[in-house]
Amino acid sequence: MNQWKNFTKGFIKENPVFVLLLGMCPTLGTTGTAINGLGMGLATTFVLVMSNLVVSLIKNLIPDKVRIPAFIVVIATFVTIVEMVMQAYLPSLYESLGLFIPLIVVNCIVLGRAEAFASKNTITSSVIDGLGIGFGFAFALTILGSVRELLGSGKLFDIAIYPEDYGMLVFILAPGAFIALGYIIAVINRLNKKNA
Amino acid sequence: MAKLESSFKNMVISLFGVTLIASASLGLVNDATEGPIAETEMKKQEMALAAVLPEYDHLGEVIKVLPKDAADSIEIYPAYGTDGEEIASAVKSYTYSGFSGYIEVMVGIDDEGEITGFQVLKHAETPGLGSKMDDWFGNTEKPGQNVVGRSFPDGGLSVGKDGGEVDAITAATITSRAFLDALNRAHRCLNNVWDTDSNSGATQQIDQNTSDDDLASSEQ
Repeated sequence: MNQWKNFTKGFIKENPVFVLLLGMCPTLGTTGTAINGLGMGLATTFVLVMSNLVVSLIKNLIPDKVRIPAFIVVIATFVTIVEMVMQAYLPSLYESLGLFIPLIVVNCIVLGRAEAFASKNTITSSVIDGLGIGFGFAFALTILGSVRELLGSGKLFDIAIYPEDYGMLVFILAPGAFIALGYIIAVINRLNKKNA
Repeated sequence: MAKLESSFKNMVISLFGVTLIASASLGLVNDATEGPIAETEMKKQEMALAAVLPEYDHLGEVIKVLPKDAADSIEIYPAYGTDGEEIASAVKSYTYSGFSGYIEVMVGIDDEGEITGFQVLKHAETPGLGSKMDDWFGNTEKPGQNVVGRSFPDGGLSVGKDGGEVDAITAATITSRAFLDALNRAHRCLNNVWDTDSNSGATQQIDQNTSDDDLASSEQ
């Protein structure tokens, strides 16, 4: 398979958030600000790449009937590593993402890629697939976070754009996540249609 | 290499192998991050102390007070000046009556009962509303909001809606009440320790029933 295509498909054509609509829980939960969205996206990318790598390495050593538990153990290990490293070196990000870091374990994107891609493909294409999908996820979360932060509190990456008093609070709260996501998906669909 | 067959032996061995390697690597990472994690926690504590207290020479021993009817103790860090005189105390207080429950606040109170500073340590209040506690109650340009420099009236600080003098955060009255509740609790505990201190001088033994603290009613 063309590796470049393999890498770029995660951004628009198979974007996990905007097109596949996977991993909605962290998507809606952590995108209150752009920086949180980016942090969550990068943490997931790391887990995705590492688990894809390991799963494609050990795919022949794992009997079919126990593959899911084996994959979950691999994923959970990397998530725990991310959690501990983040707690040690990025305490403020760790605090704001909090509960959502351990929840990467059950993020269906990660298990989905391990099961659907890494367990059937070579190491190189699995890592590239992980990078592509992971960056696509991080990209989607950052976009959503930026929109919500900008509309909700008048800031972008913590830099004030307009006075906070004019912000629409609803965009910081959960309902705003749904509204913003809906509009972004509509725009992406429109763009995809034009291209086709 | 051909895929391993799903026989009982193969499954047991491969799962065991996977979990063994996983736990070994987690152990290694834990060893490596344990130190930095403890350090960040310590640093956070020190920064909070420095932020809420006026300049001090050294800190005294931590006093833990368990308020009546409450499950968690409150920590008091007495601070002394260069001449060994106690100048202020930092109190790590908390409340459960926030809009999303638990709020932890570190507050500095000097020997005249005036608030020297505060810092919210933990909270889960609504972003954009209740989460503004630090900025709102520390805003030196708005004396109605600022709690730094205030002393506690009888019955404690309260928001304007409840007949008090502090302006509550716009659209977050419950958070504001809870925040002041945590401050009042800190003040009550500190007072009790001071009283006992002057009577018996046995500060370190206080652990139970010295405080008349009661959980704040959560009226809406």
